[in-house]
Amino acid sequence: MIISVASGKGGTGKTLVATSLALSLKDAGPVALLDCDVEEPNAHILLKPEIAGREPVNMPVPVVDLDRCTYCGECARVCAYNAIAVLGKHVLTFPQLCHGCGACSYLCPEKAISEEPRQTGIVEWGDAHGVRLVHGILTVGEAMAPPVIRKVKERTGDRPGGIVIRDVPPGTSCPVVEAVQGSDFCLLVTEPTPFGLNDLALAVETVRELRIPCGVVLNRAGIGDAGVEEYCLQERIPVLLTIPLHMEIARLYSRGITLVEGMPYWKERFQRLFDRIKEIVHEGSRSLKR
Amino acid sequence: MRVAISATGRTLEDDVDPRFGRCRYFIIADTESMQYEAMDNAAAAAGGGAGVSAGQAIAAKGVEAVLTGNCGPNAYQVLEAVGIKVVTGVSGTVKEAIDGYRTGRYKESSQPNVPDHFGMGGAAGR
Repeated sequence: MIISVASGKGGTGKTLVATSLALSLKDAGPVALLDCDVEEPNAHILLKPEIAGREPVNMPVPVVDLDRCTYCGECARVCAYNAIAVLGKHVLTFPQLCHGCGACSYLCPEKAISEEPRQTGIVEWGDAHGVRLVHGILTVGEAMAPPVIRKVKERTGDRPGGIVIRDVPPGTSCPVVEAVQGSDFCLLVTEPTPFGLNDLALAVETVRELRIPCGVVLNRAGIGDAGVEEYCLQERIPVLLTIPLHMEIARLYSRGITLVEGMPYWKERFQRLFDRIKEIVHEGSRSLKR
Repeated sequence: MRVAISATGRTLEDDVDPRFGRCRYFIIADTESMQYEAMDNAAAAAGGGAGVSAGQAIAAKGVEAVLTGNCGPNAYQVLEAVGIKVVTGVSGTVKEAIDGYRTGRYKESSQPNVPDHFGMGGAAGR
């Protein structure tokens, strides 16, 4: 079972939900928490794992052998990302624009282009409180998060009956699609404000496009207005958990203490949340079989 | 002498577009005769590498200089490789830019004047 925790809007409580959900389920099976927000991973601040291993993330970028190059310009023409320019007797490569697709080296008629790895990030993993945490770190200055996220997803470990929670970056762009793709269910964490509603609607559109069932966690309930709840009713999206705006929750979190550790009665609520998700996923697969 | 100006429209009366890679049009003009042609900037909506793509298109036009508002590092590298002078900080109409260049009001830049993605508008990303 793979559950992603996404949001659209940033700062709504994805990591708060993802960490507490992971910690609440460790008796139900082996649990892995994947922090896919590789531009600013933060789950490790709360789980404090001992890092057991790390692996670089490399992107293959073109290297042109000028002795073989005839400056025909084919590589620049086939590059969809404008990462190669051929100007007279100059070939310029722009490694940071390169997506590593390999079209240039494959299609070079002179076989003058080889690929060499360029590190764009790193993946680390370790255990904490019985949960396997995997996170990726995109090198500062790099623009492309998806290849690092892909590596994080590969590092789940093959554990039968395992539960995987993915902490997804905010927004609805490529990194979010990469992080959510392949999950069985997507939890969308939002807050009951016009900003929360606007970005929730965008996130719902995204996960529907990916054909992944979703449900909402309403965080900081008690502020704002009823817009989010009205929207969920209208769109038939279940609100699966409500977390109130509470000074003690904020206080604990700011000290790096997860919700279920600081207020243990939340554990049961997260377990119930997981049971509801299982029901929804199960129903979905049953109706598909029919 | 031939120059390329990033422009918001297709005539000499239109304004200089402050962006190089993502401008709407380029005006290729002769500074003496004031004869010109306008071309669409096919790179304006590129997913990435707009500066590299626009730079190659301009390099193929055989101009001596580019007059624009801002030029990022990738576009600058392309233009520099083929020996095209880059003049940044240009504003006003296209005609004023050409006049200014002819009378020596502008100095060419020796480096890009903005970081990459500058012409994408607003805060990028999240």
